Amino acid sequence: MIYRETGQFKTTYASDQQLFPILQDRVFVIGLLAFAFVAVPFLATDYLFRAILTPFLILSLAALGLNILVGYCGQVSLGTGGFMAVGAYAAYNFAVRVPQLDLLVVFILAGLCAALVGVVFGVPSLRIKGFYLAVATLAAQFFIDWAFARIAWFTNDTPSGSVSAPPLEFFGYLVHGPQEKYLLVLAIVSVAALVARNLTRGAIGRSWMATRDMDVAAEVIGIRPLTAKLTAFAVSSFFVGMAGALWAFVYLGSWEPLAFDVNRSFQLLFMVIIGGLGSILGSFLGAAFIVILPLVLNQLPTALGIPLSTAMISHIEFMVFGALIVFFLIVEPRGLARLWAIGKEKLRLWPFPH
Amino acid sequence: MKRDLRIKAAAVALAVAGTFGVALEALAQSNEIFVPVLVYRTGPYAPNGVPWADGFVDYLKLVNARDGGVNGVKIAYEECETGYATDRGVECYERLKSKHPVAFSPLSTGITYALTDKVYGDHIVLITAGYGRADSVDGAVFKWNFPMLGTYWDGADILVQHVKKKGSLKGKKIALVYHDSPYGKEPIPVLEELAKKEGFELVKLPVTAPGVEQKATWLQIRQQRPDYVFVWGWGVMNSTALKEAIAVSYPRGQIYGVWWSAAEPDVVPAEMAAKGYNGLALGHSAEKTNPIHKDMVKYLYDKGQGTAKSKDEIGSVLYNRGMLSAILTVESIRSAQKKYGNRVVTGDEVQWGAEHLTIDATRIKALGVDGMMQPVKTSCADHGGVHMARIHTWDGGEWSYTSDWYKSESNVLNPMIKASAEKYAAEKKITPADCGKAS
Repeated sequence: MIYRETGQFKTTYASDQQLFPILQDRVFVIGLLAFAFVAVPFLATDYLFRAILTPFLILSLAALGLNILVGYCGQVSLGTGGFMAVGAYAAYNFAVRVPQLDLLVVFILAGLCAALVGVVFGVPSLRIKGFYLAVATLAAQFFIDWAFARIAWFTNDTPSGSVSAPPLEFFGYLVHGPQEKYLLVLAIVSVAALVARNLTRGAIGRSWMATRDMDVAAEVIGIRPLTAKLTAFAVSSFFVGMAGALWAFVYLGSWEPLAFDVNRSFQLLFMVIIGGLGSILGSFLGAAFIVILPLVLNQLPTALGIPLSTAMISHIEFMVFGALIVFFLIVEPRGLARLWAIGKEKLRLWPFPH
Repeated sequence: MKRDLRIKAAAVALAVAGTFGVALEALAQSNEIFVPVLVYRTGPYAPNGVPWADGFVDYLKLVNARDGGVNGVKIAYEECETGYATDRGVECYERLKSKHPVAFSPLSTGITYALTDKVYGDHIVLITAGYGRADSVDGAVFKWNFPMLGTYWDGADILVQHVKKKGSLKGKKIALVYHDSPYGKEPIPVLEELAKKEGFELVKLPVTAPGVEQKATWLQIRQQRPDYVFVWGWGVMNSTALKEAIAVSYPRGQIYGVWWSAAEPDVVPAEMAAKGYNGLALGHSAEKTNPIHKDMVKYLYDKGQGTAKSKDEIGSVLYNRGMLSAILTVESIRSAQKKYGNRVVTGDEVQWGAEHLTIDATRIKALGVDGMMQPVKTSCADHGGVHMARIHTWDGGEWSYTSDWYKSESNVLNPMIKASAEKYAAEKKITPADCGKAS
């Protein structure tokens, strides 16, 4: 009843092609953004900002990047953690070695470095496909891990290999409170989501999807696999690299290569698969599922007043979390975004289902 | 039945709200000192994490049960599972921060690194007994870090001193088998410096975490035949290293572990074959019969209040270390109370307390840990307080001391600590405090 398009006539091409053609969607998204930007900073606590919202947003950005590669272009990658590390260490090196640069420039440069590395490791995708490509990107992961752990130059010769980010200063303004950090990350993630959404709707996104669906057919209709695949690697790695820089600078503050090990790659891939392949929304839902749910599960017994040992709580967390992953994949293999879409379809007919 | 369900649903909603921290702030209790306990009771590091956590929590319980708290103020505590992962550790820190903790003991060098940046703003003390950043001994820069009992740089220096006693190191070869993390890399700069000074060759052999795969590492050792092997491992890595050493029949007597690689969970899996393996003892070994251990049994385990599964665990190496960490935390609180009065102290006050901590021989005796630690005296210039250790050796059934006390060479370490701390201060834009005029 509420969610109906009846009466919304599109009279121009522009209105038909806009980002959210349905009025209700538009209102919802604008409302959500307004809530996130204006209301949340007043409502949430420090813990919520620092331990939940900030990591959730940053990993959403990384999942978004990976989703472009895996979901839209169909190139399975297990090197996401490595590309995040490239972003983090590139940002660190720019910030420490060229202190004149503004941090926003540093983050963008870090994204560009990650994009470059992503393209280099994306070259094999022109010859190998599917699981074999996954293995090749796994090599990227291990190589990058190795490079940052072993080559002392990257860590500015820090003895322990753990580096620590300089203060977050943007155009002379020092970002330090949890609210400010949250707003910073939220702004970057919103812009990235907008860019990603538009890229995937445009010609370039269509060439990715054509390559994903059937690369031979795509080639026949005139899409160059070289450009399509490598741009996907570049754009994806750019986002992932930005996310890596944010993860290191805003969330951890000080980190070692272990923060970006192969487990991070798997975690991001699970986010994309559970959230929904080829969906911007799915990246956010997947990140929420993987980041927030374990924390809720971990705190549930204490909040309910059930006296359990710490070890038991974390065992239960692992079991329930695992079971929920299996449950969701059985109920809806196409991810949480698909569940959302089904919900929307149902709402359009409600309350008069045929 | 239906109402039951509704109550449950409400409880779940409450829990979710709790996670999101909407209504928790007001619940913080103000008449107890809150000590958070970051632990890992699951995962590949659990065999070592569990006894440490049990020792830590048992001591806090003992202080409440036996003494009625610290000078009459009860201690509240809460465990949070980190799994030795840095991001989970940061989450735990943020979660427990709202309860106004005075001191954290993260039991992970990686988490310590991440928290070091945060405690400046939050005014919470980090007591890292036997781990953490070695350069944080410099209290002028690292105001909130207290790497008490000994740092990894002390450990590396003392190990070299010990093997040097057996003959000049010139032309010798020492292999360092280390956990590939900030923890394992921490001793490298000191060993490199000493290699130059003493003329030995240092072979660095990293082991990827968690360290269950070390075949290649020990084959290299078999090829290169180093004169000594130093093990800087943690969790399953230690017992695996010993098993691999046995497999390539490297003499156990020439292997030296740091204090985190020389406890029961490390040698017991290898059983008799680990006989002769040496390790640094961080002041204490597996003492079981001190007055404090008797108190643990009397006040906690006999009443069924103990944290460990059975009282046999009391007095294992890592149990003792967890207990000593808790002792240092409580003594820092006590030291703060001496200046600020016997009440609930704040993070700032405990920082003062930890910086002016004096635990002399009489106090050590009164604490019931005689022979388990050296006198500690901290100051702004030295947040470590003590830089001594000795060696203990596994005889197949138990650990026993096999050396005298060593003190680390401050003329080697101090310039390095200063340089490293200055670099950190420059990167973070921190103005070092003037230790001369500090109160």
